[in-house]
Amino acid sequence: MGSMVGASVVRKEDPALLTGQGRFVDDIQLPGMLHMAYVRSVQAHASVLSIDVEDAVGMPGVLGVWTAADLEGLSPVRSAPGMDRPCLAGDTVRFVGEPVAVVVATDRYKAADAAGAVVVDYEPLPVLTTIEEAMAEGAAPIVPGQASNVVMAVPLTESDAETELAAAPHRTSLRIRNQRLAPVPIEPIGCVAHWEPSGLTLWATVQAPHPVRNELSVMFSLPNHQVRVIAPDVGGGFGAKASFYAEYLLTSELSRRLHRPVKYIETRSESLVSMTHGRAQVQDIEVGYDDDGKLLALRVAIVQDCGAWPDATGSGLPTLTLFMSGGCYKIPVIAASFRSVATNTTPVAAYRGAGRPEAAYLIERVVDVVADELGIDSLDVRRRNFIQREEMPYPTQFPGIVYDEGDYPALLEDLLGKIDYPALRAEAESRRTDPDKPLMGIGFSTFVEMGGFGPTPMFEQFGYIGGWESSTVRMNPDGSVVISVGTSPHGQGHETAFAQIASDALGGVPMDRITVLHGDTGTVQEGIGTMGSRGIPVCGPAVQKSADGVRQKLVKIAAHLLEADEADIESDGETFSVKGTPGSSIPLSEVAMTAYKPQRLPEGMDLGLQVMEYYEPTNLSYPSGAHACVVEIDRATGAVDVKRYVAVDDCGTVINPLNARGQVEGGLAQGIAQALLEEVVYAADGQPVTSSLIDYQIPSAPDLPAMETHHFVVKSSFNPLGAKGLGESGATGAPQAVTNAVIDALSHLGIRDLDMPLTPFKVWTAMRTPRAAEPAGSTELAPGQVPDGLPTSDDDSTDTPWKVTP
Amino acid sequence: MIPAGFDYLRATSLEHAAQLLASHDDDTKLMAGGHSLIPLMKFRLAAPTAVIDISGLAELRTLELEGDMLRLGAGLRYRDLEFSDLVRDQLPLLAYASSTVGDRQVRARGTIGGAVVHGDPAADLPAVLVALDATVVLRGPAGDREVTAVDFFLDFWQTAAEPDEILLEVRVPAQPGRAWSYQKFHQRSQDWAVVGVAAQQRADGSHTLGLVNMGPVPVRARAVEQALADGAGIAAAAEHAAEGTSAPTDLRADGEYREHLARVLTAKALSEAGAG
Amino acid sequence: MKHDVSLRVNGTTTDDTVESRQLLVHYLRDTLGLTGTHVGCDSSNCGACTVLLDGVAVKSCTVLTAAADGAEVLTIEGLGSTEDLSPVQQGFRQCHGLQCGYCTPGMVVSATGLLLDQPSPDGQQIREGLEGNLCRCTGYQMIVESVQWAIENGGPGAAARAHADRAVQAGKR
Repeated sequence: MGSMVGASVVRKEDPALLTGQGRFVDDIQLPGMLHMAYVRSVQAHASVLSIDVEDAVGMPGVLGVWTAADLEGLSPVRSAPGMDRPCLAGDTVRFVGEPVAVVVATDRYKAADAAGAVVVDYEPLPVLTTIEEAMAEGAAPIVPGQASNVVMAVPLTESDAETELAAAPHRTSLRIRNQRLAPVPIEPIGCVAHWEPSGLTLWATVQAPHPVRNELSVMFSLPNHQVRVIAPDVGGGFGAKASFYAEYLLTSELSRRLHRPVKYIETRSESLVSMTHGRAQVQDIEVGYDDDGKLLALRVAIVQDCGAWPDATGSGLPTLTLFMSGGCYKIPVIAASFRSVATNTTPVAAYRGAGRPEAAYLIERVVDVVADELGIDSLDVRRRNFIQREEMPYPTQFPGIVYDEGDYPALLEDLLGKIDYPALRAEAESRRTDPDKPLMGIGFSTFVEMGGFGPTPMFEQFGYIGGWESSTVRMNPDGSVVISVGTSPHGQGHETAFAQIASDALGGVPMDRITVLHGDTGTVQEGIGTMGSRGIPVCGPAVQKSADGVRQKLVKIAAHLLEADEADIESDGETFSVKGTPGSSIPLSEVAMTAYKPQRLPEGMDLGLQVMEYYEPTNLSYPSGAHACVVEIDRATGAVDVKRYVAVDDCGTVINPLNARGQVEGGLAQGIAQALLEEVVYAADGQPVTSSLIDYQIPSAPDLPAMETHHFVVKSSFNPLGAKGLGESGATGAPQAVTNAVIDALSHLGIRDLDMPLTPFKVWTAMRTPRAAEPAGSTELAPGQVPDGLPTSDDDSTDTPWKVTP
Repeated sequence: MIPAGFDYLRATSLEHAAQLLASHDDDTKLMAGGHSLIPLMKFRLAAPTAVIDISGLAELRTLELEGDMLRLGAGLRYRDLEFSDLVRDQLPLLAYASSTVGDRQVRARGTIGGAVVHGDPAADLPAVLVALDATVVLRGPAGDREVTAVDFFLDFWQTAAEPDEILLEVRVPAQPGRAWSYQKFHQRSQDWAVVGVAAQQRADGSHTLGLVNMGPVPVRARAVEQALADGAGIAAAAEHAAEGTSAPTDLRADGEYREHLARVLTAKALSEAGAG
Repeated sequence: MKHDVSLRVNGTTTDDTVESRQLLVHYLRDTLGLTGTHVGCDSSNCGACTVLLDGVAVKSCTVLTAAADGAEVLTIEGLGSTEDLSPVQQGFRQCHGLQCGYCTPGMVVSATGLLLDQPSPDGQQIREGLEGNLCRCTGYQMIVESVQWAIENGGPGAAARAHADRAVQAGKR
């Protein structure tokens, strides 16, 4: 029997999902179930003068309309201290889409009608759409009780690195705007709450049911056991379904009041203004380096746009960006600080990579800019600064942030072995002077990110009770296996991957004899959830440990039954036998059955075959990769076409290459789309411009290239599986590979930097903007070159209060 | 998103549709494929009190060549135009442009009549029909009337069709065996055109052009046609592409970029359509 | 206004009374309990609601139930079963063409509709043929490979072919 770990096994999840038998939240129908709909603010910032619910209340099938005033005493959604968010806006609305009232009706059509009949009278307040406006002198604080819109200001390092920067032979500054994105899982947020005498059950589109249970438990003063949160099939999350949404609380409260189940299903238009956004950072960077491109000092100051209600996780994400700002390079000193700023926009929180893609983008852009300044190949800058294999584990200057094993130089060489870089380079150069052909550029990204979140001290900072994960393995009397895991997948294929790990650990129990359960606080032991690429590196070892515990017991029983020494027991997954004793075998099912027969067990052995294990990681893991992107740019239109994308990723041990490829490619798709297409845009008055999938540009099949993905395995010593996680690597590695390729293609025009997304319009605008006279390090489109209201219209020449001036 | 309440009325014949239209108020909408109307209703940007479904009417599915005129019933779906051998032979530009509308599922429902009466200047077919000198036939209480495509489109989402009129068919002079081109520039494949250019070579070797999304109505690029007639080469003629347009500004492009795209795409279209 | 409608859905005739404004996707999901057809947007972009309507893939969120009276519908549930996956379903399984599974029914039905029209599209044609379906998980390449697998192993499959043939016989396709 070969090892299942490392095998391309088709997924256990798929037959149900492929035949329409998946069970998503909106598929749940309960007797007497009611439907909730929100009345949402159409103003970005306004006083609520009155809410007229009379017409709505009188409509057929309507059970009621509730405003904040009707729900006094209901707990707010918890956030950072002093910034708890009320479930419904009271006397002030702070962003377009903020709920001001809820309607409950007998079906979703009637609920929609009633929501439309509620009339809210607003008196507009000054709107602070951008961080510049929010941080301007005299700007009124958006979050009540705060002194200003800077809700968090953290100097992560004592040094500002000025001495080192000043001493460096070269010094360059760069401002990067990592644009606001919408996560857009194809299933929007939804939940069904059912409050019964025995307690509350909530089915919800969540990545982490246990933390949601904990929150609801506190909010309703119910003991944990009386709150059951179930994540059935969940249609993608990408970090956004790790946040706690007011609808979980409101449907629960309304179910409590109405004594009937209450369902809420968000529409896509609602989702694009209500589900948390991601990224939304502005980074001011200074780098000092020598003539060879050796990096000597880095200073990074980040402003994080938090939206109107700073999210508990989102407001602290720049910490992760700063931890990872040195990338896979040895930089003697990094000065790091951030500020989190409230604006009259949708709140910002985790989105695939959550803070690390922003870091990988910044340092990989820095490396290319340094190379450009020195007139050398960016690969040489990378090679001269790489952390070497023998220096690992590598402690960064940030306490506790220690990179595990990786081989960044070898990763790059492996990548280069898959492309003919000299030929590509020669072709790109010849294109510059050939007006009949599109421009061509080659971009690289050699990156490292964080996976395997915890450990507990790290994860506690993001509001989780721990950074561990849990698994229970139970072998039934017939030898089949049920595993319960604390993670809660939404596309990752945990049922398959954990069964593979358990199959091996149990000595080869066939995959079809193993079931993996998850996502239900009523049936699964304590768990944390799925985010931060932690499934395999954190829950995997828990599964392995608990399966191994069961196996040890099986071996003991088998030895007892076979009257042999434990050390001599062998197993092929279906039978146990005694080494070197032909004919002495006993089926696994008999051994398993024996575990439930006290009279046949060895003396003193406990009944049953069930082992639960928690696994607390010793540290984060650090997946890395080397990616190359080749683009062509239409000289006439500015349209960028990705001709080739090659990714070599080191996620440590690969459990299932098929799944792993899917994870990498899906991440790359989101990263490429960030580079070329996606951005949440607000008009100056705070109205969202991208609140449907017509305007918010997630790609369909023809918009993305075929990707070439490869693995390069250096096992992590930080966990027993040697796995690092890879759910977020693609989204972390891709944006800068694409941007670097585009800038490379345009470099002969004097273009040094452009902010994503690199739409045809933006590229064309840049191509026709004279650049030759611009000083080195000037990185934005010149002011006035782009029409107002567009994403790139940040005026770099204006000194903003948060800009780091050299 | 859910439409506001309305009365759905299924017409069983054209005459029945006309009766229904006459007996209901001005807030009544005709619906064929519904792929412009239903989304608007879901967003509650449209809330008709009644919707008359004319999608099943055989009378609106005319597809025949009459002399050198191709008669296209208003109820033909994009998909019908895309896959029709007759349309492919006689008006390959129209067949191809239809194949670029929206996506396959949208093309399975949306109709040429719907595209025309919706009057969206960002839609593909209106500009193509303008380039092809199409005529639309409207039936109202006073009888039938014909309006040229150029005259039919009045303003953004506004056409010459009166509320009590039904679009019967679109008549397009056939262009068999002649060169043509449709250049659609969009950011994502399922998006509307940022700018589109349709070019058709005529029997006498001249070219006519229509522009998508270069103003509140589909634009006939007369200045380009004139320049070609005056002997200009492709590049010189294409320089006139933005003349007389008033291109909108939105997330994808400003007016200047659109004007530039119109020139670039016109040059490509003319080249592909055998000009110069 | 209410309407008596009669549809044939996955081979079974269903008679119901529906509101004028009811969208076909809600009839399938809420009335018939065929919850495999999903809703992912409100602007006809995502295609999660794709079903075969008289042999052609359409977005059931943009079709009125009343307008579908008399039509035949094939949903993901009618395409194949866990014991007998259609070639497209099997292709998605073999080639890991799905992750969270939410866009999957629409994607599978859309691919089936594509193969009914065009038996052997190449990679680019598959991409273009699926442009009306959004997937946020896979990056699409493995979906393209899934459809290629199906092309080599039976195309749209028996249930879809029979459904399309009936539409042709009825003069609807």
